[in-house]
Amino acid sequence: MMFVPGNNPGMMADAHIYGPDSIMLDLEDSVTMAEKDAARLLVHNALKSIDFGGTEMVVRINPLNTPYGKKDVEAVVKAGVDVIRMPKTETADEVRELEAEIVKVETELGCVGRTLIMAAIESALGVVNAYEIATASKRMMGIALGAEDYSANLKTQRTPGGAELLLARESIVVAARAAGIACFDTVYSNLDDMETFRKEVELIKTLGFDGKSIINPRQIEVVNEVFAPSQKDIDKALRIIAAIKEAQAKGSGVIAVNGKMVDRPVVIRAERTVALAIASGILDKEEAL
Amino acid sequence: MEIKNAVAGTLESGDIMVQIAPGEGLQVDLQSSVAAQFGRQIKAVITETLTGLGIDNAYVKATDKGALDCTIRARVTAAAVRATGKDVWKD
Repeated sequence: MMFVPGNNPGMMADAHIYGPDSIMLDLEDSVTMAEKDAARLLVHNALKSIDFGGTEMVVRINPLNTPYGKKDVEAVVKAGVDVIRMPKTETADEVRELEAEIVKVETELGCVGRTLIMAAIESALGVVNAYEIATASKRMMGIALGAEDYSANLKTQRTPGGAELLLARESIVVAARAAGIACFDTVYSNLDDMETFRKEVELIKTLGFDGKSIINPRQIEVVNEVFAPSQKDIDKALRIIAAIKEAQAKGSGVIAVNGKMVDRPVVIRAERTVALAIASGILDKEEAL
Repeated sequence: MEIKNAVAGTLESGDIMVQIAPGEGLQVDLQSSVAAQFGRQIKAVITETLTGLGIDNAYVKATDKGALDCTIRARVTAAAVRATGKDVWKD
């Protein structure tokens, strides 16, 4: 998910060319208060007019308790945004309040249920309430960690190893998995240190995250490399899935691959590997079927 | 509709700076490196956007840096909202 400032039309128009899985146009922290009105109009018109090539479009709005939040919701829902990212989410009630605002606009447009919600968790209270937030609405598609505000709230600071974020990261992954939605890690903002960035991406993949927020197109390749499964893993996953199909055809309940019994968690992992390989462009969808 | 002096947009690549001031009729003064090719189209987008907002009397100075039509609409609307104090969104 690539962050793009909502008041920069040049960056907005070019963002999809670099091939991120999703683009997050930002109306919050990257836009000064004096430019909130202009950025909102820019994002609204861009969403309506620019062909982003099928890239998932997310907009980070301002909090609803500011003079900007409700207008942001109206502008982006009217423009047909895929996902609204809610910043600094601390309680399930805040998600329900956002949902009510979305429903108001969607009812006017006659398209109730179209807009999804992602909640950014950026405080200790948000982490404590992560599962309630993740399950607050059927529109919830994911939760994400916002590490700068979170580490400030913890009265600590970000370090290259990320020890200060470990509990939050694990809590967010667990809450997302329990809720059956996606989870995304925070940004890494030092573009001159790609080695630490790669280590961080490897860490969050191991923890179970679905993806990483990024701030520059240069970071896309690293995330894709780390998240893409190896050819060995893909071949193994395809053999497992073929064995399942064969066993189902024979009506057999027990599946074995290379002499080893395959149980349900192995099958789920194989299916995820194949899905990731297709998403990464390594495996053709036809080949996987 | 009463118009005050207002400005929106920047001089960065891909953007357009739109300045609005009181005027008689709609008068658009455009500076653009692509004025020869797209000047008529850019002016049309500016006047259509203002007319759509109910503004028929204004002087507009636009400095274009290769903005897309959607950016021109957004910047003209932002300048118009600032010039009139009349927002396009509900409160």
